[in-house]
Amino acid sequence: MIFGLFAVSLDMALGYAGILTVGHAAFFGAGAYAAGLLARYGWSEPFTGLLFALAVCGVLGYVLSYLVVRGADLTRLMITIGVCVLLYELANRLSGITGGTDGLQGVVIAPVLGLFDFDLYGKTAFGYAFGVVLAMFLLVRLVLRSPFGLALRGIHDSRKRMTAIGSPVEARLRMAYAFSAAVAGVAGALLAQTTQFVGIESIGFNRSAEVLIILVLGGTGRLYGGMIGAIVYMLVHDWFADMNPQYWMFWLGIFLIAAVMLGRGGIMGALSRLVRTGGKAP
Amino acid sequence: MSSPATHTLRTQNLGIRFGAFQAVSEVNLSLEPGARQALIGPNGAGKTTLINLLTGVFKPTSGSIHMGGRDITRLSGDKRARMGLARTFQINTLFPSLTPLLSVVLAISEREGLGATWWRPLKGCTAVFDEAHALLGTLRLDSLADVPVAELAYGKQRLLEIALALAARPRILLLDEPAAGVPEDESGELFEAIAALPQDISVLFIEHDMKLVFRFSRRISVLVGGRILTEGTPTEIGADPRVREVYLGSAHHHG
Repeated sequence: MIFGLFAVSLDMALGYAGILTVGHAAFFGAGAYAAGLLARYGWSEPFTGLLFALAVCGVLGYVLSYLVVRGADLTRLMITIGVCVLLYELANRLSGITGGTDGLQGVVIAPVLGLFDFDLYGKTAFGYAFGVVLAMFLLVRLVLRSPFGLALRGIHDSRKRMTAIGSPVEARLRMAYAFSAAVAGVAGALLAQTTQFVGIESIGFNRSAEVLIILVLGGTGRLYGGMIGAIVYMLVHDWFADMNPQYWMFWLGIFLIAAVMLGRGGIMGALSRLVRTGGKAP
Repeated sequence: MSSPATHTLRTQNLGIRFGAFQAVSEVNLSLEPGARQALIGPNGAGKTTLINLLTGVFKPTSGSIHMGGRDITRLSGDKRARMGLARTFQINTLFPSLTPLLSVVLAISEREGLGATWWRPLKGCTAVFDEAHALLGTLRLDSLADVPVAELAYGKQRLLEIALALAARPRILLLDEPAAGVPEDESGELFEAIAALPQDISVLFIEHDMKLVFRFSRRISVLVGGRILTEGTPTEIGADPRVREVYLGSAHHHG
């Protein structure tokens, strides 16, 4: 679920704005540390923690967007990886604050709305995460269906034409990137709050690659792609891990290659083609 | 020198070189309010390059561009567009995954400064949709409003090019071979639509078909080798032996 939200945030940058990024875990991790540290050092109310992570990552994303939006795809690839690695090392070196490779421990989160305690059984955590993911998802949907969302689709189709109709393309893309970073930050914060722990791998390059796989699996540029991708990825992940505990990564790899080869546009792409050929939809 | 009031768009000694190649040089071009001006010349004369200079796709290496008295030489393309300078492309440059309706809605919403509005749904902008429907209606594209752009017939895509330019409510319209690739019987219709544009819009168009040029322009500029060879009314240009030589000479290559 949290990964679904993370994948949706990546989709805003990659699928809608067309910004090729492989360092999105930078924002996920930054959000996780922002919320984790806030709680660790005294402020344990969960919703303000989320807002704090959202603001931190939104600002971080906006600042970085000046680097990322310019330049060609390969440049972006390098910059996004670079930022991600940089933040990882930062989290590693500042072990006095972040806990380094041991992770950030002692994250204590106050009861949600002062009523529901985060218990051992995870009921509150589940309900809380579900509610927040749903709210964020609806927010993303609103953004994508707004005039701004249409402008992003236009940029994706033709930057040249967008400039000719008077759209400041780079400003739009910067805004999309900041949005995407903010949502990724909330996803990270949610993970930190519900697990009451921040592992250093949450900011790592592997996490970036994993979320990219989830998104491509589900289908880029489609609202539900990230969510569906996350569910299927987790299911398949568990299934292969049960079936073949030693070599499950191998089977997962095969599955991913097959999925991408067979279904262009991911699962959502395959579904929409099925509807097109099977039904009377245009 | 011409005062800003009498010219909407003016260039002074405009030129651009790509490496060793001087594509456009010393062009002094001016468009009057309500102009219907044709830009003609053999292939490779620099006509499209000139349009790209005017719209900010390329930055000139010499000279300047003025719009309504303001120097726009260093202004970005999107700022020029917001000042009222619209164009069409010789090669269709549309939004293939959108519909004509959404394409026009997008152009209108950018004109209205709604492009950064993320907090309210597009569907709520009814005024924008109404205007888009009306505009598609005037170009007789209303029946195709919801067909994906990629599936439109070529001639209809050419019309949509013009619709997107008009959606910006321009003061100056630059048309780069609007009828390129359109069958002859339809190209006349397309130019009728252009001729019917509001008189306060200044139009500069590139066109190869001399019949259309002489029928629809009130003034003609001839570009050869990146320079303005001559300018004048259709009668003057038609009688100019240099134009005949250059133009007919090159026309032989294309049959």
